Amino acid sequence: MGVGHAHALYIHEHTPIHRMAPEAKLVAAFAFVAAVALTPREAVWAFAIYAVTIAVLIRTARVPARFVAVRLTTIAPFIVFALFIPFIASGEQVELLGVSVSRDGLWGTWNVVAKATIGATVSIVLAATTEIPEILRGMSVLRVPAPLTAIALFMVRYMELVAQELGRMRTAMIARGYDPRWLWQAKPIAAAAGATFVRSYERGERVHAAMLARGYAGAMPELNHRRANRSEWLMSASLPVLGITVALVALVVT
Amino acid sequence: MHAPDGFLNAGTAIATGVVSVGTVGAALRQTSNHLKDRQVPLAGITAAFIFAAQMFNFPVAAGTTGHLLGAAMAAILLGPTVGALVVTIVIVVQALAFADGGLTALGYNVLNMAIIPAFGGYAVFRLVRRVLPRSASGVIGAAGIASLVSVVFAAMAFSIEWLFGATVPVPFDTVFGAMVGTHSLIGIGEAVIAALVVGSVLAARPDLVHGAQDLDRSELANREPIKVRVVAIAGVLVALFLATVVSQFAAGGPDGLEKVASDTGIIESEQDHALSNSLFAQYATEGVDNESLSLALAGVAGTLITLAVGFGAFYAVRDRSGQPNQDAARS
Repeated sequence: MGVGHAHALYIHEHTPIHRMAPEAKLVAAFAFVAAVALTPREAVWAFAIYAVTIAVLIRTARVPARFVAVRLTTIAPFIVFALFIPFIASGEQVELLGVSVSRDGLWGTWNVVAKATIGATVSIVLAATTEIPEILRGMSVLRVPAPLTAIALFMVRYMELVAQELGRMRTAMIARGYDPRWLWQAKPIAAAAGATFVRSYERGERVHAAMLARGYAGAMPELNHRRANRSEWLMSASLPVLGITVALVALVVT
Repeated sequence: MHAPDGFLNAGTAIATGVVSVGTVGAALRQTSNHLKDRQVPLAGITAAFIFAAQMFNFPVAAGTTGHLLGAAMAAILLGPTVGALVVTIVIVVQALAFADGGLTALGYNVLNMAIIPAFGGYAVFRLVRRVLPRSASGVIGAAGIASLVSVVFAAMAFSIEWLFGATVPVPFDTVFGAMVGTHSLIGIGEAVIAALVVGSVLAARPDLVHGAQDLDRSELANREPIKVRVVAIAGVLVALFLATVVSQFAAGGPDGLEKVASDTGIIESEQDHALSNSLFAQYATEGVDNESLSLALAGVAGTLITLAVGFGAFYAVRDRSGQPNQDAARS
């Protein structure tokens, strides 16, 4: 019955990518996506190499292709926008299927569609192979300030709970015949959200008191001390090294 | 609004990334005393609330639904600094764990959806509160207006980044008109919901609303419940004002709102017109005019946003330093 699910994207598997230390995965994903973003759009062959690389990555991580495709719908609004670019962009006009479109605009569409799809797919593989607490642990290994990761950890711990609380209120409203269609009927929803905020805040106060009672002194104890070892760094580096090489060649060639 | 990778060019991504990291760092330093202890679980669980609230749909019109962005609301409930931090964390977790928004787009996504609406929205909130009566209704009305304007600020910021970092030569006025136009409409929903949420928190635990700390508790206890009407009237007035301003821009430029109309599905009927040579000819002949208009628009919007964010940061600093005195005066 729950609304969201905290591990909506995680797929339980035992692959080398699942086992890899999160900090190595984060660095690899960021570096690879950055290389893709820097690749000139005219180098279509480079994007073909990226696509093949990602296909191999998806296979290795045993993420179902269907799952990736469904999750890719989150970028749909931007793709739709990109599809309109050739019609509204200025610059040199070319004929395509009998209508006049902007040449730069066509390249722009290709640019946004290709880079957004590759970037989102990498993010999906990252999320599918790494549990959220692991991602946050990786971030703290990478020296992201402790308050940020600590807040994020609490957020991840409680978001499903809060979402279910809201979901239960909504179910209760529907069960009592609440079926709003217009914005001015939204007051019960807002009141539910307000009540949830107060509950969340008071829960935060209780949790803090409980933490103090258990000896909390401002820092969370770290339970998992494993760090990425040399071979993990090397293995994870293969992805960005390939990406950066292709991007550099593409930059030089075009 | 969760922009994917490659939407803006590398320079813009890096520049906005630097601004975002710098602001988040400054915010962390400013709140470090608080965050060290009590605020960490509180901020975390309220971040969970913002996350959940973003998934929770409310009706908009004729059965369609929208969802809250919540940055301005977070700033009003928690204070601008903690509010901006909390929404930043929500956006980062969405990008890393939910593949929502590109990794290299984090710089501008955090700037547009967390920092600018939180600080800018809070500044608008404080400014509007000076005009409205010093009461719960005033706080609620100001929360609504601030939420609406914060969404428009986010749209303006995106348009300005587009001016510098567009990967395609779409004229700035088109993007500006379309973004600000649609987001004024989105902002009405945001305004009504945020105002009602702040109102219901104000009714239950007024001490939890950071933006209403100066109100007298006893006054809050016996106020008359007229707030929905106040919110509705204030929201419509602001929307009307924005609509007039935006239509001015659109009239000067090449019909930005029409683009939105065609984007939203009536493309068949619009296509002939949009593709006729005259439109592009217009661009060519009016190139200089358009360019100067674009720059003027960008300048005005940029100044507005910078002023608002500056004010928000100012209030953030002042609220904290002013707090002990207020408490001393009260006790």
